[in-house]
Amino acid sequence: MIIATLAFYLFAIVAVISALNVIFQRNPVHSVLWLILTFFNAAGLFVLLGAEFVAMILVVVYVGAVAVLFLFVVMMLDINITMIREGFLKYLWVGASIGLILLIELAVVFGGWVMSPESEGLRGAPAPAPGAVSNTEALGLLLYTDYAYVFQAAGLVLLVAMVGAIVLTLRRRPGVRKQKISEQVNRRVADTLEIVKVETGKGAS
Amino acid sequence: MTFEVSSLIPALPEIFLAVAGMVFLLLGVFRKEDSTQIISWLGVAAMAVTGYLILRGPASAVTFNDLFIVNGFTSFAKILVLIGGALTMLMINSWAQAAKTARFELPVLVLFATLGMMMMVSANDLISVYLGLELQSLSLYVLAAYQRDNVRSTEAGVKYFVLGALASGLLLYGSSLVYGFAGTTSFEGLATAMRGSETHIGVVVGIVFVIAGLAFKVSAVPFHMWTPDVYEGAPTPITAFFSVGPKIAALCLFLRVLVGPFAPMIEEWQQVIVLISILSMLWGSFAAIAQRNIKRLMAYSSIGHVGYALVGLVVGNEEGARGLLFYLLIYLFMNIGTFAVILSMKINGKYVEEISDLSGLSKNHPGMAMALAALMFSMAGIPPLAGFLGKYFVFVAAVNAGFVPLAIIGVLSSVVGAFYYIRVIKVMYFDEPAAAFDKPDMVNGAIMTLCSVLMLVYFVVPSRLVEGAEAAARALFLG
Repeated sequence: MIIATLAFYLFAIVAVISALNVIFQRNPVHSVLWLILTFFNAAGLFVLLGAEFVAMILVVVYVGAVAVLFLFVVMMLDINITMIREGFLKYLWVGASIGLILLIELAVVFGGWVMSPESEGLRGAPAPAPGAVSNTEALGLLLYTDYAYVFQAAGLVLLVAMVGAIVLTLRRRPGVRKQKISEQVNRRVADTLEIVKVETGKGAS
Repeated sequence: MTFEVSSLIPALPEIFLAVAGMVFLLLGVFRKEDSTQIISWLGVAAMAVTGYLILRGPASAVTFNDLFIVNGFTSFAKILVLIGGALTMLMINSWAQAAKTARFELPVLVLFATLGMMMMVSANDLISVYLGLELQSLSLYVLAAYQRDNVRSTEAGVKYFVLGALASGLLLYGSSLVYGFAGTTSFEGLATAMRGSETHIGVVVGIVFVIAGLAFKVSAVPFHMWTPDVYEGAPTPITAFFSVGPKIAALCLFLRVLVGPFAPMIEEWQQVIVLISILSMLWGSFAAIAQRNIKRLMAYSSIGHVGYALVGLVVGNEEGARGLLFYLLIYLFMNIGTFAVILSMKINGKYVEEISDLSGLSKNHPGMAMALAALMFSMAGIPPLAGFLGKYFVFVAAVNAGFVPLAIIGVLSSVVGAFYYIRVIKVMYFDEPAAAFDKPDMVNGAIMTLCSVLMLVYFVVPSRLVEGAEAAARALFLG
C-alpha cells in the first residue's frame, strides 16, 4: 500500500512540475519534451487507478503520435517565441483578472454541487460489473455494441479531417521529377540502346 | 446481446448518405480529372434519395441504444437541411466550374456537412449531439478556407476554426457539468433527473454553457463576432451554404435540446434566450445599416433572422416551435434566392460584392432586379410576401404566451431592418446605372426565379406548409 501511495506522489509531483515547465520554457522544443514527460506521468497515475488500457492508449496516442507531431511542427515552423510573448505583461492583468473571476465562479459552483438522487445508479449503469471483466474488455463491450453509432460517427469525423487536410495542403507542382517505376520497368533495350557497327578506320559518327 | 438489422432502419437515410459520400470520394480519386461536375449532380441525386428515404422511413423511432431518434420533427428539419444542401451544392458546382477551382472534394465535403447536420437534428444524447456538430463544423471549416491561395478565405477558415473550437469546448464543458449532475447524457434520462429535483446552480451553469456553445453555432449575439468576417471571406456559394444548412440544423437542435431534456428548467433558460434573442434582433438591424459589402450585409441580416427565430424558441411551447419551423422554411428559400443573385453579380467574369454595384440593375437585368426586390421585401417582412408570415407566426406565439415586450422589440427592429433591405431596392431602381452584370448562369437564374416566385405565390398554399410545420412541432412535444 505504501508503495502505491509513494508512487502516486512521485507521479503527481513530477506531472505538475513538468506541466509547469511546458509553459515556462523559453525554447518550444523543450516545452514539447516536458509535455511528453507529463503524459508519461499521467499514464502512471492511470495505472495506479487500475485503468491500464487508458494508460497505454495515453502513451501510444499522445506520446507516440501527438507529441511527436507537435515536435515536428515546432521544429519546422521556427516560430519566433519572443515576438509572441511581447504583449505578455501588457495583457497579463486582463487575463489574470478573468481567470480569477472564473476561479471564484467555479468555487461557487463546486461548493454548492448537488447530484440528482438517481445519478449514482445511472452513472454505473452502462458499464459491466467491475471485476467481472478486464477494463479493456469492458470498453470494447460498450464501444462496439451500445455506442456503435458514436464510434462510427467518430470515424466519419476523422475521415472528414483527413479529406480536409488533403484539400488544404496537397499541391500538384508541375515539373517535379518523380520516379515512375512502371516506365522504368517497361523500358526495352531497343528504346534506349542503339547498336552501331563501326567500320574499321572510320570511327563512330 | 443480439444485433437486429431492423434496428438500422430508422437511420437508413444517414447511412445511405454516408456510404454515398464515401463512394463519391473513391470515384473522385479514381477518375482524377474534372469529376466535380458529375459528383455534384450525383450528390444532389443522393440527397434526393435520402429525402425519399426520410419520407418513407418510420414515423417515429429510437435506435442505437437511444442515441438516435426519428420523429416528425426531425424529418421536417432534415428535409429543410437537404433542400438547402442540394441547392447550394449546385451553386457551388457552377461557381467552381466558372472560377476554375473545381475539385471533387468540394461536393463531398458539402455532403458530409449535410450528414453532420442530419445527425445533429436526430441526436438523442449529448454525445451524439457533439459528434454531429463536429462532423458538420469540421467540414465547414475546410470549406471556408477552400480558396487556400486567397488571404481572405484562409483568414475566414482560421477564424471560424479557432472560434468554433472554442464554442465546442464550451459546449463540452457544459455537457460535462450536466452529466455530473444527472449521471447520464441521454435526453430522457436528463429530463427525468431535472424534473425530479429543484434547480441547482451547477446544472444551471452547465445549461448556460451548452446554450453558449449552441448560440455560437447559430451566430446569435453576443457570440456572433465571427459571422461577418467568415461570410465575407469565404467563397460566395459556400457562404450561401453557411447561411442556410448549419443555421437551420443548429436552431432545430437548440429547440430539441431546450424543450426536450432541459424543459423542466424552462424558468432558467428562458431569460437567457430572451436576452440573446433581443440582442440579436437589435444588433442584426442596427449594425447592418453601415455595411457596404453585400455579403457582410447578409451576415448581419442572418444574425437578425436568428434573433426572430429565437423568439419562437423563447416561448417554448408548440405554437412557438411551429413559428420557428415555419420561419426556418421561409428563411431557407429567401436566403438561397438572395445568394443566387449575389453569385450573379459578375462584371466581365469578375465577382463584385458592393451594394453600390447593384445600381441600374433594373435597366440591365429587369428580371433579376425584380427577383431581388421580391426577396428583399420578403426579408423585410412586408405583407403579403412570405417573410411577413414567418415573422407573424413567431410574434403571435410570443404575444399569446405573454411575451408582449419581446414581440414589440421584434417588430420595431424589423422596421429598422426594413431600412437596409429597402435601400438595396432603392439602389437597384433609382440610382445612376453602373456597369452591367454578365448574364446569370442557368443554375443561379433558375434558383433565384424559383425562390422569388415562392416568396410571391406562397399564399396560394400557405396552409399546407403551416400544417407541415405544425405537425412537426406536435411531434417534438410528443417526445
